[in-house]
Amino acid sequence: MIRAFLKKLTSYRLFLPIASLILVLLVNMIKTPTFFQLEMRNGVLYGYIIDVINRASELVILAVGMTLVVAASGGTDISVGAVMAVAGAVCCFVLAGGQRTVNAYQNPYILGVLAALLAGILCGAWNGFLVSKMKIQPMVATLILFTAGRGIAQLVTRGQITYIRVENFKLLGANIPGVPLPTSIFIAILVVILTNLLLKKSALGLYIEAVGVNKNASRLVGIKSDQIIFLVYVFCGLCAGIAGMITTSRIYSADANNIGLNMELDAILAVALGGNSLAGGRFTLLGSVIGAYTIQALTTTLYAMGVSADQIPVYKAIVVVLIVSLQSEEFVRWFSKMQARRKVVA
Amino acid sequence: MESDIVLTMRHICKIFPGVKALDDVDFTLRKGEIHALMGENGAGKSTLIKVLTGVFDFDEGEIRLSGYDEPILNKSPQEAQKRGISTVYQEVNLCPNLSVAENIFIGREPCKLGRIDWKKMYSMARELLSKLDIEVDVTCPMENYSIALQQMVAIARAVDMSAKVLILDEPTSSLDDLEVEKLFTLMRKLRDKGVGIIFVTHFLEQVYSVCDRITVLRNGQLVGEYPIAELPRLKLVAKMIGKDFDDLASIKSLRTQKPNGTQVIKAEQLGHSGTIKPFDLRIMQGEVIGLAGLLGSGRSELARSLYGADKPDCGELFVKGKKFVPSHPIDAIHRGMAYLPEDRKKEGVIADLSVRENIMIALQAKKGMFKLLSRKQQEEFTDQYISLLQIKTADRETPVKQLSGGNQQKVIIGRWLLTQPDFIILDEPTKGIDIGTKTEIQKLVLKLADKGTSVLFISSEIDEMLRTCDHMAILRDGSKVAELKEDEMSQKSIMGAIAGGNQ
Repeated sequence: MIRAFLKKLTSYRLFLPIASLILVLLVNMIKTPTFFQLEMRNGVLYGYIIDVINRASELVILAVGMTLVVAASGGTDISVGAVMAVAGAVCCFVLAGGQRTVNAYQNPYILGVLAALLAGILCGAWNGFLVSKMKIQPMVATLILFTAGRGIAQLVTRGQITYIRVENFKLLGANIPGVPLPTSIFIAILVVILTNLLLKKSALGLYIEAVGVNKNASRLVGIKSDQIIFLVYVFCGLCAGIAGMITTSRIYSADANNIGLNMELDAILAVALGGNSLAGGRFTLLGSVIGAYTIQALTTTLYAMGVSADQIPVYKAIVVVLIVSLQSEEFVRWFSKMQARRKVVA
Repeated sequence: MESDIVLTMRHICKIFPGVKALDDVDFTLRKGEIHALMGENGAGKSTLIKVLTGVFDFDEGEIRLSGYDEPILNKSPQEAQKRGISTVYQEVNLCPNLSVAENIFIGREPCKLGRIDWKKMYSMARELLSKLDIEVDVTCPMENYSIALQQMVAIARAVDMSAKVLILDEPTSSLDDLEVEKLFTLMRKLRDKGVGIIFVTHFLEQVYSVCDRITVLRNGQLVGEYPIAELPRLKLVAKMIGKDFDDLASIKSLRTQKPNGTQVIKAEQLGHSGTIKPFDLRIMQGEVIGLAGLLGSGRSELARSLYGADKPDCGELFVKGKKFVPSHPIDAIHRGMAYLPEDRKKEGVIADLSVRENIMIALQAKKGMFKLLSRKQQEEFTDQYISLLQIKTADRETPVKQLSGGNQQKVIIGRWLLTQPDFIILDEPTKGIDIGTKTEIQKLVLKLADKGTSVLFISSEIDEMLRTCDHMAILRDGSKVAELKEDEMSQKSIMGAIAGGNQ
């Protein structure tokens, strides 16, 4: 009875991603008892857990775009971190009207947002063009913006950090007065819900999976495979643009060197942790979202345990290796073989 | 071992999981002969070559090579080469950025004081190539020369390294007629020098213009070895295809309607450079037209150019009287076409998706991305075709890769029937499918035609075509060479047309 239940539970696709997340949280419960404490100060909730969800927002948004790229093209977009910096730089450039630091918007706020999103879309379109039309390997194609992106951002800001010292510019990365939760949480959730609706209410989700599994067969049944691949890169660029806006708002400035630094790796990891195959095809968006929260929980955990920022990547790597190998087919095969052997001995 | 025999392979068996790829095959190669290895796809030609060159090991049998008293066992292509067996493949494996001489002597450069002796290398290369009448500048990078010349250099290299047995695996598929002739001159020259050459090809003309002897394989078994003079084309084709008539009764009586006179497809001088030469074709409503020809004769390519899977680059196509420029399959689908590709695995099934998704996907693409079929509709359609085609699957959500080959094929047929096409192309729909399902599919073709659907039917089995087609077109070496009306169609006339020549 229990065994049958366990079997059913483990066959559920999101079982491992959720189990990983719970595992990380459990470690916290033991090591850092204050981890789950929530506190209300001036109408705003504080606590480690809020911090995790808040800080993970950008990663969640990136992971959504990355999941679709991985699913459709069997490759990864390694330029998302740099695209975040471009979007941030463009946004600040528009709002500051080209000045280095301003205390009031020089252009309407909405114009800055639109410019940032457009920058993200354009970067995505460039990647999509290289991958779908020029048939360049995704890793190589997106390497171009990975290296050039921050340079472009520097060009936009003319090598300086552009500050927007306007109170409501910080709202995106902080709390709207009267709302106890940070704004970015809502944006991340909104992106996930809207994307999910788009995938499920149109045939796009099916098309992406079909193209990822077999591009040629998909073309022959009438799907414009190249167009789908182009679209997912554009969408990934848009997601990077949104994420870039949030980070920029958090530091109310465009710091071309640091916005989204190394985020592409975390985004790819989130997709893998979510149980998605990096070879493309079948995907679960929710898995990637859980993966993103797991990574952020891990980072925050390490900080809470007093690990210094420089050493964090090492610990992160160890945990990631553990989680990813737990999910690998090879491990599952090896594990069942071991169990079979044990039975024989007994 | 007789003195003029270079290589003998005896009772070779090779078993892959589930298939006997080679079953008691003998092969003998004599000194100074060009020996063609013929057979349809899956006959075991490449497996035999790979066993010989040590790419695969074999399960039974022995290989003897002149100069060795014991049977030899090659564990790798390198070892085979050391013993004197070299292979030149269809894709030339040379380094395009290195010079001709470097390519010839790569890995065995003549050295002086630990450095490459360039002068000596160039002069050796020049000497080698001039002996074979190959005119190239040995200091130029390989990429400056045509594929044909590259191939010849590859052959020169292979011969220079070891000169007993030379295997040419489809060397001519990417060459034009003139280049082929040059290659043949080289082959004859090597033959006269005493090299035994094994020539694998699909092209009948070439076999008859250059070879001395033919060995035919079919379904992993040896059909026989014949001197070229004793095996005219017609007989060769018969041996390759095999004339095993199955004893199923004629099913043509299922047809009640004759095709009416409405033209569905009219192609005028349609062609795709490199794959299919310009052809004319007319297909009537409710007609089953068969395309026959050997593999690589352009059967699939003709079908693909009609469907827009490969964009034709010359000629005109009319669908139901309206001009149609095929550029993407979706355009063809909107005009009522459907295409079941030959390579089920690569181009047919979308392996990880479920049976339901595989069936509904073409109709979905036809309707457009934003008009998602409701889940209920999808399930109804799937169930309808699962029961209509008797698809054996655990569930409609089972990934299609878990189904057997025949059932996968039915899923794809169901996918296209769901779009209710006016014209359906079936490229080898019965390949690799058990005999019962085969008959079911043939019956289905006739039923479709009876309801007014036009069918383009491609098959390697002449028998199957005779049972289903109203009318046949014959292809040879990339061009449409003949059309046969129903009363002209017979096993003999079709094979004659496929073989061509004076036979």
